[in-house]
Amino acid sequence: MKIVVCIKQVPETQDVRLDPVTHTLKREGIKSIINPFDLYALEEGLRVKESQGGTVTVLTMGPPQAEEALREALGLGADAAVLLSDRAFAGADTWATALTLAKAVEKLGGADLIFTGKQAIDGDTAQVGPMMASIMNISLASWARKVSFNTAGKAEVERLLDHGYDAVEVDLPALISVTKEINEPRLPSFKAKLKAKKEPIPVWGLADLGLNAAEVGLAGSFTQVVKVFPPPARGTSETWEGSPQDLAARLWQRLQEMT
Amino acid sequence: MSLILDAEKCTACGACVDSCPFGVLSLKGETLVIGEGCTLCGACVEVCEAQALSVPETEDPSPRPGVPPGGVWVFAEQRHGVLAPVTRELLGEATRLAKEIDAAVAAVLLGDKVEHLVPELQAAGAQRVYLAEHPLLAEFLEEPYAAALTELARRFQPEIILAGATYAGRAFIPQVAANLKTGLTADCTAFAIDPEKRLLQQTRPAFGGNIMATIITPRTYPQMATARPGTFKPLSSGSSADGQVVRVEFNPGETAPHSRFLATVAEIKERVPLAGAEVIVAGGRGLKDAKNFKLLEELADLLGGAVGATRAAVDAGWIAYPQQIGQTGKTVSPRLYIACGISGAAQHLVGMQSSDFIVAINKDPAAPIFQVADVGLVGDVLEIVPALIQEIKKSRNV
Repeated sequence: MKIVVCIKQVPETQDVRLDPVTHTLKREGIKSIINPFDLYALEEGLRVKESQGGTVTVLTMGPPQAEEALREALGLGADAAVLLSDRAFAGADTWATALTLAKAVEKLGGADLIFTGKQAIDGDTAQVGPMMASIMNISLASWARKVSFNTAGKAEVERLLDHGYDAVEVDLPALISVTKEINEPRLPSFKAKLKAKKEPIPVWGLADLGLNAAEVGLAGSFTQVVKVFPPPARGTSETWEGSPQDLAARLWQRLQEMT
Repeated sequence: MSLILDAEKCTACGACVDSCPFGVLSLKGETLVIGEGCTLCGACVEVCEAQALSVPETEDPSPRPGVPPGGVWVFAEQRHGVLAPVTRELLGEATRLAKEIDAAVAAVLLGDKVEHLVPELQAAGAQRVYLAEHPLLAEFLEEPYAAALTELARRFQPEIILAGATYAGRAFIPQVAANLKTGLTADCTAFAIDPEKRLLQQTRPAFGGNIMATIITPRTYPQMATARPGTFKPLSSGSSADGQVVRVEFNPGETAPHSRFLATVAEIKERVPLAGAEVIVAGGRGLKDAKNFKLLEELADLLGGAVGATRAAVDAGWIAYPQQIGQTGKTVSPRLYIACGISGAAQHLVGMQSSDFIVAINKDPAAPIFQVADVGLVGDVLEIVPALIQEIKKSRNV
């Protein structure tokens, strides 16, 4: 089974706070981490490899320092990693990102299974995976909490929807996005970490993927960010103290006045 | 492509460094350094008084095509013949937007034996309903849903497509956008029309809700967005139900489908579903035990609301994941949100801070939840909630 896991390096979002006075983002000490959801995708890829045989290749698009994220993934047990990095990729929206990743999977010789996390915690779009599946014309199952394989060689996926969980069967190749319910990601092993340090990580740019500059990055994006601003501040808050009974009575009175 | 710096104009004032939401700008002595990770958002260009910064013009080989005739579309999400509440909300918003560009509002209804929903859609604002019925559309699956909506959009040429940012919407709408080779903005919380350029301005939170971004699709049609449920208002007075119904044949293609629905393995049993709930009572770590969620259920029942939880409560196994509110769970915006024993981690706040009125109950007066609350009660949630339940029962003579 050829398994590809797509990951993203993101800032640890909880550290990104707006300064209430200057309305600028406080950035001191923001670490870069592997998008937390992608760790579940990687774990699932490793588990499928362990049960079905095969290889796990980790793919990311980002600046040169995104190599750190790939090394971390190798330390968790991935067999190989490729970094997609090129000045021309900068400013890519979800479509241009999906196209670049899809081309990279193609260059890898295709994949039977592609795992992604549910979404990235910086952009929160959850769009790149489904777009990749469309571009590659392969099956898609979103929001998986369980993946298994039946005797027909198809994947059976239990996935979350608003009403509950549906079981669906998808032909391979397939792209599956996973929720954090699916597994418990492992910790890095000492052996793999040692190997991860030395493992060469190829860097593929525009020319390697056979794309032209107009198809990627900002130029290849269909959407454009025109404005970035702080979220509207909430109204003034009141804080009440007192006995539980007093507080409850006051609150109930207030809630009744509202309606 | 990268940010353009005119070094001669730059005064090294540092305003741009502070304005950059992504932290890629820095000053090295008197020289501005543009680091990796610039998204060309233009925030620095706006604050630069010396006009030393600019965003490169997009090389655009093809001129923007003419405005397509199909108007504003709303994907009418339904399951087993029941409309998702977000459908009415989006028809309300679509009506408002369509007025500004003098276009018609249409709903796209996909399913099996769902024709009975047409009058509901018309009353909610749809002047036209595109209806495709097929057994393959009976249950939600990305593949047939994406194929059907793609086909309809190719044929009838909408200017705008809106869909709910539900699990289903967020799974298949990106595929439709990819098929149509057009832009898509996820999980929007506000829309506007740029009257000059007739472009849909789509605003959404990013970076865990710490910044808002306004996004356009400047060169392609349709302009597509998913929108957060519970954010937009349905029409208050229904329109007349005498619109046009366009019945379309769904053709699943020559090849057998690559995905099949097997079964619904678990239904989420919510007394009141979180999506669209007017009142939500949510619990966090401060509840200390699964059994204390019974208290929240009792309170929610009295208020006709739903029960939600933080990630900590879900991870502790006190309540199921579908009840989780926040970055890694659901986003809600009820009229009233009562946060019980919730400290207010940024990841939770992004999922609830657009609620109309927020009540926070927490022992720790320094808890961040109080920063977003309209009313904060400092005290033990396990004492205050039972007292509140008693108070409500007393006032209702129960």
